[in-house]
Amino acid sequence: MFMRETLCRTAVLLIVLTGFGAVSAQQIQTVPRGPTLGVLATPAQAAEWDASIPPDGTGLPAGSGTPAQGAEIYTAQCAACHGPAGTGTLNDRLAGGQGTLTNGAPLRTVGSYWPYATTLFDYVRRAMPYPAPHSLADSDVYALTAYLLNLNGIVGPEAVIDAKTLPRIHMPNRDGFDSAYPDWRH
Amino acid sequence: MNGTTGSGASRTPLEHLEGIITPSALHFERHHSGVPDIPPDQHRLLIHGLVDRPLTFDLAALSRYPLVSRVHFVECSGNSAGLNAAQPAQLSAGGLHGLVSCSEWSGVPLATLLAEAGAQPGGRWLLAEGGDAAAMSRSVPIEKALDDAMVAIYQNGERLRPENGYPMRLLLPGWEGNTNVKWLRRIKLTSGPVMTKDETSKYTDLLPSGRALQFTFPMGVKSVITSPSGGLHMEGPGLYQISGIAWSGVGRVGRVEISADGGRSWGEAALSTPVLPKALTRFRMAWRWDGGPAVLQSRATDETGAVQPTRTALLADRGTQFRYHYHAIQSWAVAASGEVGNVYA
Repeated sequence: MFMRETLCRTAVLLIVLTGFGAVSAQQIQTVPRGPTLGVLATPAQAAEWDASIPPDGTGLPAGSGTPAQGAEIYTAQCAACHGPAGTGTLNDRLAGGQGTLTNGAPLRTVGSYWPYATTLFDYVRRAMPYPAPHSLADSDVYALTAYLLNLNGIVGPEAVIDAKTLPRIHMPNRDGFDSAYPDWRH
Repeated sequence: MNGTTGSGASRTPLEHLEGIITPSALHFERHHSGVPDIPPDQHRLLIHGLVDRPLTFDLAALSRYPLVSRVHFVECSGNSAGLNAAQPAQLSAGGLHGLVSCSEWSGVPLATLLAEAGAQPGGRWLLAEGGDAAAMSRSVPIEKALDDAMVAIYQNGERLRPENGYPMRLLLPGWEGNTNVKWLRRIKLTSGPVMTKDETSKYTDLLPSGRALQFTFPMGVKSVITSPSGGLHMEGPGLYQISGIAWSGVGRVGRVEISADGGRSWGEAALSTPVLPKALTRFRMAWRWDGGPAVLQSRATDETGAVQPTRTALLADRGTQFRYHYHAIQSWAVAASGEVGNVYA
């Protein structure tokens, strides 16, 4: 019985994949079906786990912050690894470097290299500060984001960063990337 | 949040190993915020986003699925990056190239789980997220997920080592190491890439033009001689075996050539079976050393015809500021004294 089940074709996936030219019919037909032991998750459960923020800002939480608020948090939580005012020590430099990407000694910082401001919020909230991720409130993360953007001259000192303003920020290196997928080969 | 232990990286001692399987305890490690200590009975993998049925799976459930077992290398995309430095570092084969390892992985095809969740046509990418302190996350095109991706739960016959993602990890055969997300806890089907930190700020290749390549997924065709190699000592003239490893992120190794004169002349090495796609392949050749200075090189060609470049050609193409996907020919100089060292030739 089990063997018959594993060999049976997965019609659901075949229907789903109509229009995916890159996936061959043979690949689809060889997808084995499992014993369907997945447990249905409620939308609330899924939302609770989902902290990723794409460039359009979907999923950004309530709250807001300013550069001045962020400066205080930065000094207490971030400066030990990233240096005063984002100049870098143990870990990455976060500010400066605009105009250096072609000069043979590029400084890849939030201001010079990062294409999306939403990434800054996403990463600080999921992973920082290094010794205690998830210890900052969402408004603290907005404030740190505002501070780092201000250090890089991307927003002014009075800027308020929140779910509406963050996705609208145009980063200096926004158009500096070329997608290597799917055509790139070594 | 789970507790973390361990440092950021360790390397496989390639110069001390033979064959193609890396002992699990010697698999390289590269972590973004340490190694989480995850109670397996509490861990869940959530598949959600553009699916008809968001589902969670635990290790006990996945262990009941029809498993597949395949031999594949995993290589950190930053492997060998020190070789774009101006001066050749005097390190061993493992010290220079040891962020690559090869295991037999057993797991559930990701396509099986996506079918069960009811993947929707708009789900062109997925976000894979780990349960480490960085919640390390990468966006992956759906074509790879449906091709040969698996949720791996065994490595070389045993459960995954904690350093390799216990209780479950994503395995994307041939693709840069960090996309093989360890401690996998969440897969979200999305319409496009999320643009996470590790696919924008990191793991992008800055070129001399100032533009950067993003989503450089497959690892390039590559080889390195592991014996003799840097730091080893030749015990006088006579017959030796040259031995090394070759691999390609897009398929099988087609051939490996060896030079003992810095690339002026080449002879074809024997490939030891099995020669598997997206796996390390062992090559060997007998070599009678006459006791004089020699420069040993290996050059791999994969089944698609892609040829491993010289260091000069690679740097001419990409400059010296790229950090990832270094895959140029390695040169080992054998001195008359029998000492072996890293050189640029």
